[in-house]
Amino acid sequence: MTRFAVFRRVVFAAALTPAAALVYWTFTGDFTANPIDFITDTTGTTALTLLVFTLTVTPLRRVTGRNELIRLRRMLGLFAFFYACLHMLTWVVLDWFFDVASMAADVVDRPFITLGMTTFLLLVPLALTSTAGMIRRLGRRWQQLHRLVYVAGVTAVIHSWWVVKADFRQPRLWALALCVLFGFRAWWALQSRSGSTRTRPAFQNS
Amino acid sequence: MLIRKAPDVRYSEVTPKSFYVRRREFIAAAAAAAVGAAAAFSPAGTGRARAQGARAKLPNVRKGPFGTDEKLNSFADISGYNNYYEFGADKDDPARNAHRLVTRPWTIRVDGLVKSPASYDIDSFIKPHPLEERIYRLRCVEAWSMVIPWVGFPLADVIKRLDPLPSARFVEFTTLNDAKQMPGVRVPVLDWPYVEGLRIDEAMHPLAILAVGLYGEVLPNQNGSPIRLVVPWKYGFKSIKSIVRIRFTDQQPRTAWNVANAREYGFYSNVNPTVDHPRWSQATERRLGEFFRRKTLMFNGYGDQVASLYSGMDLRKYY
Ligand code: HEM
Repeated sequence: MTRFAVFRRVVFAAALTPAAALVYWTFTGDFTANPIDFITDTTGTTALTLLVFTLTVTPLRRVTGRNELIRLRRMLGLFAFFYACLHMLTWVVLDWFFDVASMAADVVDRPFITLGMTTFLLLVPLALTSTAGMIRRLGRRWQQLHRLVYVAGVTAVIHSWWVVKADFRQPRLWALALCVLFGFRAWWALQSRSGSTRTRPAFQNS
Repeated sequence: MLIRKAPDVRYSEVTPKSFYVRRREFIAAAAAAAVGAAAAFSPAGTGRARAQGARAKLPNVRKGPFGTDEKLNSFADISGYNNYYEFGADKDDPARNAHRLVTRPWTIRVDGLVKSPASYDIDSFIKPHPLEERIYRLRCVEAWSMVIPWVGFPLADVIKRLDPLPSARFVEFTTLNDAKQMPGVRVPVLDWPYVEGLRIDEAMHPLAILAVGLYGEVLPNQNGSPIRLVVPWKYGFKSIKSIVRIRFTDQQPRTAWNVANAREYGFYSNVNPTVDHPRWSQATERRLGEFFRRKTLMFNGYGDQVASLYSGMDLRKYY
């Protein structure tokens, strides 16, 4: 096994840790006085963390020049979706126990739930088209589609911001992380644009 | 946008030799970061309750009125799941951090529109009042609730003893604000110190008590030792903890959550299933220990006792 393959496995195991911990705590009963809230928060925070990690892969790859990092991207993205599913299912099954009317009212009336649902729905097509076959079949459109991940990042951060009552340190940190990541991309986009004009001196001369 | 697909080359073909050597460290550091990130928040909520402060039985506690036969929440839940931001914003932070609070000696300053402003030692402040057990529902604004056997005495008796001037229309309470004991106040989450208040007629209501105990024992620090307010028909944050000052005033107090966000937290903050918090519904609540949500009751089920305090008031406006 190459060292990078080992690293991938370590990341895989780390991403699985919160789920494993939740299973473990189910058996130990060590779950706070409000288990449903705790599961909601743990799965939501993990989903957002992994979503931000997913968005970090490409900038990190450019900064470090380590192209193999790209192989972490799909895994991290799918893990983010996995925890988003658990998070959403916690809400459907544990919080409301399939009370469809109340859930529908929640989605309509509460902006933070609306955004949570929006985020989730944005992640669904990305997860469905994450296979190699889909990437091949969709070609250029795959990249266009997967830009939705930026929108999902933004809506997820706003969703987590609106959950909070007063201590905004954590959502502020997520917002800052997104700004830095988007900053990198904007900077590179600008550079490549000005770079492309620089490569056309012949055109200017003519 | 730069989402380019990776060129399909083996990294061994492009990675310079020096990286091979350093890769071990790189992997170790990255793995540590990933595991650290995973672990950092995961166990956060699982600190089991510890009683902080002296666990001592209170003597001569008699049964008080307004009981309920609902199932009590456990001592562990009541003392392990707290909103007490002075000790941190997570529910288990208070149980973890409140051991730093020194509750003796403790002084309560009484001032404002009162016949004789004075400072009282906590024990002499409590002493004139016989202790009684009051089993109350507590409804948090976050839509969870508990049933709690407090030990305390009617606030009305205290107010009569303190003898406010007739011009006093409100009573304002202040929590200790000491960064040495309370790590949470170093973070400007709220405009410290925590301040709460009631209209005098609300404060004189027989349901309103000052609590000094829980389950027949001295109040754990994280529950607001040495003395706290309990107003069971209002959202939990009105029941201010660890009181160091009681001030009588003719102006509506500037209460902490109202100052932080007036649209979401009104001065009255009576439990009201028909007035939603802007961000979540108040129609239902989860009683801790139960799976299904239950309907939230008007004035937390104390409507028969307290509704007359608000007759003629538009409770949508005065939320
Ligand atoms: C069906 C969609 C979703 C619903 C109904 C939903 C609902 C919720 C609820 C009820 C909470 C807890 C509020 C509380 O503690 O009082 C929450 C918290 C949170 N959710 Fe979601 N959510 C959804 C999707 C998502 C997605 C897709 C993400 C991230 C990718 C996410 C990230 C978070 C985060 C970070 C928190 C805050 C956890 C904390 O308290 O630290 N949610 N969500």
